[in-house]
Amino acid sequence: MSLSEDEVRHVAALARLALDDDEIAALTPQLADILAYAAEVGAVATDDVAPMTHPLGLEDVTRPDVPGERLPADAVLAAAPDRVGDRFGVPRIVEEDA
Amino acid sequence: MSADPALTRLGAAALGAAVGAGEVTAREVLEAHLDAIAARDGVVADGDVWHARDAADLGPDDLHAFLVVTAARARDAADAVDRRRAAGEALGPLAGVPLALKDVLTMRGAPTTCGSRMLEGWVPPYDATVTERLAAAGIVVLGKTNMDEFAMGSSTENSAYGPTRNPWDPDRVPGGSSGGSAAAVAGGLAPLGVGTDTGGSIRQPAAFTGLVGGKPTYGAVSRYGLVAFASSLDQAGPFARDVTDAALLHAVMAGPDPRDATSDPTDPADVVAALGRGVEGLRVGVVEELEEAGCEPGVRAVFLAAVAALEAAGATVERVSLPHAGYGLPAYYLVAPAEASSNLARFDGVRYGRRVDAATAEAMNAATRGEGFGPEVRRRIMIGTHALSSGYVDAYYLQAARVRTLIARDFATAFDRVDVLISPTAPGVAFRIGAVADPLAMYRNDVATVPASLAGVPAVSVPIGTADDGAGSGPLPVGLQIMAPLRADDRCYRVARAVEAVVGFDPDPAAHGAGVRR
Amino acid sequence: MSAWETVVGLEVHVELSTATKMWCGCPTTFGDAPNTNVCPVCSGQPGALPVPNARAVHDATLLGLALGGTIAPRCRFHRKNYFYPDLAKNYQISQYDVPLVSDGVLEVEVERDGELVLETVRIERLHMEEDTGKSLHLGATGRLHGADRSAIDYNRSGVPLLEIVSRPDVRDPETAQAYLRELQAIVRTLGVSDARMEEGSIRCDANVSVRRPGEPLGTRCEIKNLNSVRSLGRAIAHEAARQIAVLEDGGSIVMETRHWDEDAGVTRTLRRKETVTDYRYFPDPDLVEVTTSPRRVAEVRAELPELPAAARARLVAAGVPRAQAATVLGGGMLALLDAAVAAGAPAPAAANWLAGEVTGWLAAEGVALADAGLTGTHVAELVAMVEEGAVSATQAKQVLAGVLEDRGAAGPRAVAEARGLSQLRDEGELARVVAEVVAANPDAVAAVRDGNDRAIGALVGQVMRATGGSADPRRTNELLRAAIGS
Repeated sequence: MSLSEDEVRHVAALARLALDDDEIAALTPQLADILAYAAEVGAVATDDVAPMTHPLGLEDVTRPDVPGERLPADAVLAAAPDRVGDRFGVPRIVEEDA
Repeated sequence: MSADPALTRLGAAALGAAVGAGEVTAREVLEAHLDAIAARDGVVADGDVWHARDAADLGPDDLHAFLVVTAARARDAADAVDRRRAAGEALGPLAGVPLALKDVLTMRGAPTTCGSRMLEGWVPPYDATVTERLAAAGIVVLGKTNMDEFAMGSSTENSAYGPTRNPWDPDRVPGGSSGGSAAAVAGGLAPLGVGTDTGGSIRQPAAFTGLVGGKPTYGAVSRYGLVAFASSLDQAGPFARDVTDAALLHAVMAGPDPRDATSDPTDPADVVAALGRGVEGLRVGVVEELEEAGCEPGVRAVFLAAVAALEAAGATVERVSLPHAGYGLPAYYLVAPAEASSNLARFDGVRYGRRVDAATAEAMNAATRGEGFGPEVRRRIMIGTHALSSGYVDAYYLQAARVRTLIARDFATAFDRVDVLISPTAPGVAFRIGAVADPLAMYRNDVATVPASLAGVPAVSVPIGTADDGAGSGPLPVGLQIMAPLRADDRCYRVARAVEAVVGFDPDPAAHGAGVRR
Repeated sequence: MSAWETVVGLEVHVELSTATKMWCGCPTTFGDAPNTNVCPVCSGQPGALPVPNARAVHDATLLGLALGGTIAPRCRFHRKNYFYPDLAKNYQISQYDVPLVSDGVLEVEVERDGELVLETVRIERLHMEEDTGKSLHLGATGRLHGADRSAIDYNRSGVPLLEIVSRPDVRDPETAQAYLRELQAIVRTLGVSDARMEEGSIRCDANVSVRRPGEPLGTRCEIKNLNSVRSLGRAIAHEAARQIAVLEDGGSIVMETRHWDEDAGVTRTLRRKETVTDYRYFPDPDLVEVTTSPRRVAEVRAELPELPAAARARLVAAGVPRAQAATVLGGGMLALLDAAVAAGAPAPAAANWLAGEVTGWLAAEGVALADAGLTGTHVAELVAMVEEGAVSATQAKQVLAGVLEDRGAAGPRAVAEARGLSQLRDEGELARVVAEVVAANPDAVAAVRDGNDRAIGALVGQVMRATGGSADPRRTNELLRAAIGS
């Protein structure tokens, strides 16, 4: 399993993790080793095997459209690292919404 | 307040019975355990909430099982139990029994960190369903216990707050990720503990610390309020020093929850009623692939002795194959990180927890996450992100999920032949702190536990004796894992109780001449 | 060189008007104080879990059937992973490879050269997802660009959202507008959303490209920030013209997202789509499969009310002009019309009142139909009064205004009586007024005699004024002509 540092940088960007060059350099061989090991799943014949997403195979679990308990605004906002009035503050957003 | 240290050696059922009978108050039981924590755990035992000392300030024998001890609310809870008893109310079997809660489950008003700097200072505004059920049973939560960061690890060394020590040998790990709860129960700081198990995080620490630890059938215990690592695998479960106590705690925790869409809506198996039924005529399958999976000779010997004892007790033992079990570990290390990469996206410095300032929201997110997460969490987020990314998702995540289907089928086929499957819980005994540096080598600790996690079936680890690591470790506990079909948690506990009866393991390290550094 | 063809595909988001959000019991009300309609689930607290709202699944199924779609027997929710501060979990729960609904169709009426024609727009998919929170951009412009800080409110986070994606079947702005209006009419008829563009409960993005007829599809641009049906039409027209100009100038179109600037009337580049965002979709492990059996489909289908297209056809068959039928349906007045007909009014006459005077009065007064107090019986009574000649047409309008002003407290006959409105029936009195008007307007009389037919209208108007509107215009006309001798 080869993995380039550029690929690792790309993944770090997707995962939104700031990693410096040293961290990228250290991480690249570790991830390559783990992925090489994980890639052993590729040896299993899985034609016509559906991916498992839930052990019990439950279906149609819903709740009625009935109001439930809310949190007081302060309980949510109390944890905000930055607060603008009754809103959560963030620095300038550069990217557009998806 | 008088506090009899002998109370810390009693089991949960005995304590609950004594409280129920009025022989001792819940408050007395609590104070005895708070004293033990103050003496042994390395907390600053002061004020309403006791905090663990910084890792650098911990003594060499401090267990460091607790990150916080919620002393005041525990006293309130104990006093409430005593008032209910005084008022003549009927109490449940565990009312007034103290418990160590893994710091991955929310408790309103008590700090929850998940062993991470990322959540430093976060006080959840709501209770986990498990926390509510514990409270409803009159169980007194002592505090929140140390863990590998976001439950990623097998040693509790990945905690941002420093490793927890194993009461059997303070230089060794208690296993992980639920090492704090395991150490608390094994060290006599609490008669009961709650852990969570994603790939073995209850069973392996139970094995390493001589405890009974159970991973319920997926869906048996609500995940609401359990800070998710891998949602399709995570299950909370009990730690105790004997099978009966573990079963009693499982019974409190299990049951449908409308707030968790993956919660099993059917009534949970009655694990307590099954305890006395023995193993006469029961078909027990030894999983070939897991028995041979790189076990230390000492572990293997103890395991084989336990198998022989089970046979002597009337069980039919045969060897059974789970052909795809060998792929469990690689499949697990794709599925779990993939889910984790998404579950941990919410830690971004916007709503709670840590923030590292930067000029833009994007840079702030990245800096916060880069600094807030430790190395193992970052590794797994990277693996999981890669496994889901365009061009790789089919070969990694989806292929692992297909292998998972095959492993679940293997279990179903095996359970056509036998009633339960068994294996050693972990390939070795507790290792020294710092001894396993390679991530892959650490992952291999989970080789025997991940198949049941992937299939969702229940599994319980029960101590079966002690072994030496072959390098002069002295006696360290060995666990046997019992796996049963989906929803047959009762069978796990029934067999575990039978094993316990024939093996006669004493969970007190001192009884084995252990508890000291070697 | 042949003309250019515009090709448009539409992505419409509809917020469902369920009582609670998609995954939790928080209310969906609009306009509450920031971060008050939140709980652990929709504010993305660690450990919180989503549980689907049964009503939302039902409503999505109902709309899917109304659009003639196929309901997936099994589907599930996926996570769409991307970071954005208003996305509380940094993933949006949506649907991916198997949407709840696929292959629907919408027939819309478009006016072309003064005639209404039917256009068919195929619907590729309808899927369930959740809304995000709202970002308030702090800075000079109030827009993202130029803001130095943003502030997030999670009240909308987790509101049930349906995404409806059309095939690129739309060829002009008018069809796009008709499609959006028709969807609005359908979701309102079903009662699944109030579909107010101004509140964002229905939103529309347009994928626009141009090509020579018969050629493969051109490179498309996605147009966002379309805040009204009108801006949808304007934006498409502008964007198509822009693309044509670029191509005719020898340039090429870059795939990108463009922002519609309503004030300037232009689209501007928002971001390039050179690399496709990697959303890392995977099945949400917190949620289980949603199944819909044929029996369930039949049950939900049985709930379908008469849809706007069928209602329109029925009205037209009953003699209502198409334009009036459209107004009645668009205004949510079908039930009122049906009630008026049930109370004895001919459909065309009742529709004429509703599409004309009633619609005009409501718009002028800013009163919602539901608050006007008007009943089918009122409309039928009014129609009957005109028919009987009890009031003149002019008086009837005054009567209607009276009914509406009192919010239906009194019916038309009572209003007419209270205000003394009745048609002048005394032929002698009318003849006297006619004679006066003829005597006072020699020029107009001469013009009529010269064959200027329009001049008679002015004289009729004079008579109407002199009688306070109580004269029968037809009879007045006859008497005037007789008096003038034309």
